[in-house]
Amino acid sequence: MEKILLPDIKNLHQIDVYIQNGGYEAVKKAYKRTPDEVIDEVKRSGLRGRGGAAFLTGLKWSFMPKNTDKPKYLCVNGDESEPGSFKDRQIFEFNPHALIEGITIACYAIQAKAAYVYIRGEYHNWIQMLQKALDDAYARGFVGEKMPETLGGSFSCNIYIHKGAGAYVCGEESSLMNSIEGKRGYPRVKPPFPAQFGLWGCPTTINNVETISNVPTIINKGWEWFSKIGEPRHPGTLLFGVSGHVNKPGVYELPSGVLLTDLIYKYAGGVPGNKKIKCVIPGGSSMPPLRGDQLEGVKMDAESLKAAGSAIGTGGVMVMDEDTDLVRVLARIAKFYKHESCGQCTPCREGTGWMLKTLNRIARGEGTSSDLDLLTDVAKNIEGNTICALGDAAAWPVKFFIQRFREEFEKAVKPEVSIPVANKIHSMRNTAVPLAEIKK
Amino acid sequence: MAKTAKITVDGKTYEVDATKNLLEVCLSLKLDLPYFCWHPAMGSVGACRQCAVKKFRDENDKVGKLFMACMEPIVDGMIISIQDAEAKEFRKGVIEWLMTNHPHDCPVCDEGGECHLQDMTVMTGHDYRRYRFKKRTYKNQYLGPFINHEMNRCIQCYRCVRYYRDYAGGKDFDVFGVHNTVYFGRHEDGVLENEFSGNLVEVCPTGVFTDKTLGKHYTRKWDQTYAPSICVHCSVGCNTIAAERYGLLRRVQSRYNGEVNGYFLCDRGRFGYEFVNSPKRIRKPLRKNKETRQFEELGSEDALKYIRKLLSDSKRIIGIGSARASLESNFTLLSFVEKQNFYWGESDRNIQLIQKQYDILRNGPARTPSLRDIEKCDVVIVLGEDLTNTAPMIALALRQSVRQEPVQSATPYRIPHWQDQAVRELTQDEKGPIFIATPLATRLDEISETYRAAADDIARLGFMVANSFSDRSPLVSGATDEQKKLSGKISEALKKAKRPLIIAGPSLQSEAVIEAAANIANAMITSGKTCELCFTVPEVNSMGMAMMDITHQGIESAFEALKNKPADTLIILENDLYRRAEEQAVDSFLGKFKNVIVLDYLENSTSLKADAVLSSGSFAESDGTFVNNEGRAQRFYQVYDAGENIKESWRWLRDIMLNSGLHEFGKWKILSDFTNALSKAMPVFDGINNITPPPGFRIAGEKIPREPFRYSGRTAMFANKSVHEPKPPEDIDSPLSFTMEGYRGKPPSSIIPFFWSPGWNSQQAINKYQIEIGGALHGGDPGKRLIEPKSGKTPAFFTKIPQAFSPRNGDWFVVPVYHIFGSEELSVNAPGINELTPKPYVMISSEDAGSLGLTSEKQIELEAQGKTYSLPAKLNLGLPKGLIGIPKGLPGMPEIKTGSWVRLKMG
Repeated sequence: MEKILLPDIKNLHQIDVYIQNGGYEAVKKAYKRTPDEVIDEVKRSGLRGRGGAAFLTGLKWSFMPKNTDKPKYLCVNGDESEPGSFKDRQIFEFNPHALIEGITIACYAIQAKAAYVYIRGEYHNWIQMLQKALDDAYARGFVGEKMPETLGGSFSCNIYIHKGAGAYVCGEESSLMNSIEGKRGYPRVKPPFPAQFGLWGCPTTINNVETISNVPTIINKGWEWFSKIGEPRHPGTLLFGVSGHVNKPGVYELPSGVLLTDLIYKYAGGVPGNKKIKCVIPGGSSMPPLRGDQLEGVKMDAESLKAAGSAIGTGGVMVMDEDTDLVRVLARIAKFYKHESCGQCTPCREGTGWMLKTLNRIARGEGTSSDLDLLTDVAKNIEGNTICALGDAAAWPVKFFIQRFREEFEKAVKPEVSIPVANKIHSMRNTAVPLAEIKK
Repeated sequence: MAKTAKITVDGKTYEVDATKNLLEVCLSLKLDLPYFCWHPAMGSVGACRQCAVKKFRDENDKVGKLFMACMEPIVDGMIISIQDAEAKEFRKGVIEWLMTNHPHDCPVCDEGGECHLQDMTVMTGHDYRRYRFKKRTYKNQYLGPFINHEMNRCIQCYRCVRYYRDYAGGKDFDVFGVHNTVYFGRHEDGVLENEFSGNLVEVCPTGVFTDKTLGKHYTRKWDQTYAPSICVHCSVGCNTIAAERYGLLRRVQSRYNGEVNGYFLCDRGRFGYEFVNSPKRIRKPLRKNKETRQFEELGSEDALKYIRKLLSDSKRIIGIGSARASLESNFTLLSFVEKQNFYWGESDRNIQLIQKQYDILRNGPARTPSLRDIEKCDVVIVLGEDLTNTAPMIALALRQSVRQEPVQSATPYRIPHWQDQAVRELTQDEKGPIFIATPLATRLDEISETYRAAADDIARLGFMVANSFSDRSPLVSGATDEQKKLSGKISEALKKAKRPLIIAGPSLQSEAVIEAAANIANAMITSGKTCELCFTVPEVNSMGMAMMDITHQGIESAFEALKNKPADTLIILENDLYRRAEEQAVDSFLGKFKNVIVLDYLENSTSLKADAVLSSGSFAESDGTFVNNEGRAQRFYQVYDAGENIKESWRWLRDIMLNSGLHEFGKWKILSDFTNALSKAMPVFDGINNITPPPGFRIAGEKIPREPFRYSGRTAMFANKSVHEPKPPEDIDSPLSFTMEGYRGKPPSSIIPFFWSPGWNSQQAINKYQIEIGGALHGGDPGKRLIEPKSGKTPAFFTKIPQAFSPRNGDWFVVPVYHIFGSEELSVNAPGINELTPKPYVMISSEDAGSLGLTSEKQIELEAQGKTYSLPAKLNLGLPKGLIGIPKGLPGMPEIKTGSWVRLKMG
């Protein structure tokens, strides 16, 4: 199988090696066509976003207004803040020029004169790596004012790296734009969508690093070639970051639709000590977990995972063996989302903290059975009712862990203590022991 | 209504305004839908998630989906449900979340009983606590003398920061931190810098920001006695609610008037009220003992007898009126002393200027805008006025007008203007054109293009702009390049304007500035454009005085007239003459009278010189009518009965007249008799009697109660004196009663004593009093405009252009510096305002200071009007060379005439 994003070529991150292997040819090819033709090519290829929502990339580009007197922008999301996800940094490290070339093509397609690559602050080393590659590309005239001379045509664009400060929510596209603008990283209410007005109130497209890095190959080899890789409804190769209880954790580039069991056992070397798998989160910590007995036959692409009751997310596969304490796992996940909640809208701001405190109580062994219902109830009220998807990301793990591993959570909590309650009215409420039980 | 649509709410179909959002529409329909982050003046951001409703795709959709009503545009045929079980459960859940950290300190919280959060909690039905953890706590900050900070109560609705930064243009307040520990405050403890910070008290839906002045003499909302009032601290005439208990004025709140101040007040207006409780209050009539020269207190009967004695051997009585007294009081004094003996207690210069402004508005084609109109103007020129300090609420309105032009760019994107976040994202920092020409830097400079110059140069700039629209306004010769460039730019902006506005006023004591402003407006109108013209005036009733049929002679004229024709008795109405003229001149003037009678409520330099002082009621103890700078006549009502020793000035004067044998005035019994007589005598005031319902007005046979029906303790209030409950005082002047008995529904808009509606105990109950949210009150906004433009007549142009200002060697030209806290006579007696009042100083430009070798705070000797004063220097960057800034009205600051030349000596 051919690898698109992380081919086995030594020193590909060096611009000369990249050029020797056909680099910066796709952009020349693209610039000979009209922007609409480039968008059409990407549209037909079926390329879907790799940042979590798996939205059709070409379609997203086509939303950019054609007639506007405002500047247009491309934002490339390299915030990669989802726990369990560590794929984009492989691209920064091993194939940065594919990203840079992809950006120049995308900029041309949407006619943006400037692109911002937003990288989380913790990725200090990778920022330096990408900056080095970018400096080289500028020096060779693949980016910047000299582009018309080097690449033909009259188009040119600039690429800037913007360092984030480590807020998870800034991986959300509208907070990302606020962050670039120098404002607090608060998500914006949609509509209006970024293509209408995004960065500095101008039309903006936001793509994931991995998504953009696919573009040069699509232009080089044509949409038909690309659309035949993997699952037809979610074509291409995906970078799967496998972590947790596997013998060979790491990033694996595989065609979409690969069996989850193959990914774990064939590529990642199986579970240490041949233990049973209790749980797998297939797409980064916010995605619904799958039970060990739900894994058989599950394919790794957006549609198949949806059918299996989870989502592809960012392809960060987290494997947990039979000895894992899921209460502590969930409490840890909840701690992350509570910490990263931006504080703008009520459900997420207040709900995540409450869920964390409750889970910690259960983890300490002080929980009661009504706590599980409470958690489910709070998660249900958060889900779908927040400004951005962080609320869902915080609610889903709680909702699905408790739903799918109820027996384990039941074991961790005490049944509601039946004490004579001074106030019978309170005792009759749904959080307390049912009246019937008191009467017994 | 611009565009209407039919929507179905819980099975009932309504026709609604399609330009509004769903929440506004529901509230306009008087449906109860809880909310926090949305504010009618600030639009929607969808942060609190409290206003969730179910929206259905069509009739067949029975499941529906939750949407935030504040973020939903109205679509024709929309089907929604507020009562849907899931929606109700979710809204209850939102309160439950907010309550996880909100302390249960309602009994000791100043907001308790008028808390929007309490109301919404009850409305959603959340009543049981499932959260079993500790609540998060914060450190509170010291925010100055006006506002108390209690962050633990915060529910993170973001209203405060949106109001303070986005609406009011404040800088020193923000949101800090993340997740469930976000913090709203300053970067460190300190006085809030913004002059409109007091609105945080009403903007905050709970008790994070509360009124510190109220806190010092706290009383629950339901235990206060209220009356509709008018702010007396500048000429804008904001509508207020004043509240009392136990004879102490407790606080002032904004009284919504869609045409005037809307939801807000400035800090001087909100916190200046404490002068009413000042130890300097005159609470009983006083007589000066001829021997000891000390005041002795009198009962009101004795006082009247004493005054009769004084008047009985008077040959000629001079009356001095006041622009801080009501029309009625001035008119009564005028009726007593007669026109030729009545002087408007204001400097001759100010009277000329105010009179000129009134004449321009009365005879010219330019309309005088209301505050609400000012917010809607898209291009604004300000000539000579530091609005933040002379007419603060106009400055706040201008912060909204600069958004008028940029906001229009949202229309082609079909982004509704109420969607605040999206509109701000689209418009970024864009500001509509506003030009401010003043000698000194102003707070509004940050939103405007500025021009720093002396009054004459400001006028010349104005004349240049006027000339670019019409040749009938004369050409200015010898203009500088800066003036040419700027006037060109202003003209360009005005040409493109949809609704231009010129603002000027008498602050710089320059006729030319006023004439230039009038010429611009007139020139634009004669060249076929529209233009509005707003003039500020010095005091709450200055415009009313200008409209009265009096000789329009001021203090200096009175001094002069006395020389030719002596008089023996002087009656001064609510006026401190020492603020109007030089000390010696006033001393010698007062010394010429045998009897000086003062009617006032605060002790001042003038009242101390009086032979008899009558204890007048302040705005809180009086009824009357003021005319604001727009020309809007507005009525204020007394809040509480202060006993027989404190009466309205007009009532005192009537009593004096009756005592003096002028029996025809016996028919003037109640306020409306005075007002009627006034409008009969002066047709310009025709109709002012009808701006409020007559005293006989009743609903279902009942008066409108000043007290909420939960008012407590009435039977016990005076139990320390007698267990017999006294008969409640009667109000013969108005349809308001002094007690809680009366009609409990909504009164006519002009006599709303307080806002309350079942389930809506906070100020947000205003929603229930409006026809449409953010629009007019039911029955129309109160007040009556008395000045309307004359159309069809060719306006007169002013032709006298002043010479350009040229600095003199060794002499400095005095320009006034106004302070929102300090320059106004009454509010400076409120402890909070007093705390923020600067000490006397002189302001000199950094450039001049450099050449004089002067540093900041160094004492300099200033020689003016033959006297020498030693004052500390303040350096100012923008002040043009040759000008010196003299603060106006500060306590302890000598009165140095604006427009005079002074000399400096180094200390």
